[in-house]
Amino acid sequence: MKTILSSEQLAMTIKRLSHQILENHPGLDNTCIIGIQPRGVWLSDRIVGEVRNLLPAGKLEYGKLDITFYRDDIRKELHVPNHTDIPFSIENKKVILIDDVLYTGRTIRAALDALLDFGRPEKVELCVLVDRRFSRQLPIQPDYCGKSIDSIVSQKVTVFWKENQGKDEVVLL
Amino acid sequence: MQLSTKHLLGIRDLTPQDIQIILDTATQFKEVLQRPIKKVPSLRDVTIVNLFYENSTRTRISFELAEKRLSADTINFTASGSSVSKGETLLDTVNNILSMKVDMVVMRHSASGAPHFLAKHIPAAIINAGDGINEHPTQALLDAFSIREKLGTLEGKKIAILGDIMHSRVALSNIYLLKKMGAEVMVAGPPTLIPKHMAEAFDIRVEYDIVKALQWCDVANVLRIQLERQNQVLFSSLREYNLAYGVKKSLLDSLDKQIWVMHPGPINRGVELDSDVADSKQSIILQQVENGVAVRMAVLYLLSGRKPE
Repeated sequence: MKTILSSEQLAMTIKRLSHQILENHPGLDNTCIIGIQPRGVWLSDRIVGEVRNLLPAGKLEYGKLDITFYRDDIRKELHVPNHTDIPFSIENKKVILIDDVLYTGRTIRAALDALLDFGRPEKVELCVLVDRRFSRQLPIQPDYCGKSIDSIVSQKVTVFWKENQGKDEVVLL
Repeated sequence: MQLSTKHLLGIRDLTPQDIQIILDTATQFKEVLQRPIKKVPSLRDVTIVNLFYENSTRTRISFELAEKRLSADTINFTASGSSVSKGETLLDTVNNILSMKVDMVVMRHSASGAPHFLAKHIPAAIINAGDGINEHPTQALLDAFSIREKLGTLEGKKIAILGDIMHSRVALSNIYLLKKMGAEVMVAGPPTLIPKHMAEAFDIRVEYDIVKALQWCDVANVLRIQLERQNQVLFSSLREYNLAYGVKKSLLDSLDKQIWVMHPGPINRGVELDSDVADSKQSIILQQVENGVAVRMAVLYLLSGRKPE
């Protein structure tokens, strides 16, 4: 097991990602953040908290998206659906999609499909904590990336969050 | 996540955990149905045939809509106007349809056990959409979903099933399901329409006085008088049935609590249910119909299971 991001590094990375999002979307006008269920939501919760601290007056719309019904491996294995909660329209908005680990790109492909069923956004950006570069099976790249790593297929990246696993850490298993 | 069964032939075969999985999945599908685009690609490449040997409006439309919302390909078969009238057997009909590479069969038949018979002979997953007087599992699931939506849980809740218990597949499926999920169940109606030994066989309450039944329950599931299945006179007239056992506004107003009124449809207005009750705020009949699509989507999704690679 190798630590990719320690607790302090994780906190700094989240702060940096939040600043980068605000740099590109000053005032958060017409912008919304959507976390991908289940694990991307832990990261999006933190980023949304940070963004609200940095810009208390800004109006931020925040939703959670489940992609279970849009997966391309649904015929091989059934997955338990999570909860989708997008209580606003994404029509003509800038959407920042958030997930913890970007690996093959298939989750993001499914998320884009799911997202388009809620309306036609003006633009979609992708923010991830860890990018397992060189592992992509679809042409998808992040706009905001916490850390890029090189890994092989047999390895696994796990993100621990204090809220549910008692510690903040990203490890390579 | 997998159901313990390959087919949905009846609630009797399901475990409480299966029921829980179906109801929880239906909650997520109900959310899908609120979206601007009410369609997901989950069952793309799955072909489903709706075999309806008996008339049905709600169930057939509901299944068809559920299949379309899941992006499945559907074929509709109705016995009238088909080769069944030329004497083709059920198995031959189904085998012919399956030769066209069908993955799932939704079946309504007037003979109890027809879907069980098919399940023994064909490889496709079978969903019972009502067989004779045996079971109507998806109706029981959507009833349970609607109750859970209104009361939060099924456990410990008091559900009265009123009316023609004898001829009702909805009653049987409801009893199995509600008992499995920890609800208290009562059947009520005229003695001629409630089978003997019901209380001992199912460990439920039996009541012949509709006022007492309504006073006891949290939810009243009123069933249709199935005149088409009755070949002997079991009560004197529809008017007298309404006077003695019909659910009326005045009756509900006289209770010291508010109960929810359900009905699987179609309603005989003025017989088992008066119009002012069917259209009142206490009635959740149209919510049941809405929930039916979400529940059937969940069942189809969960039974679509794994296909060979």
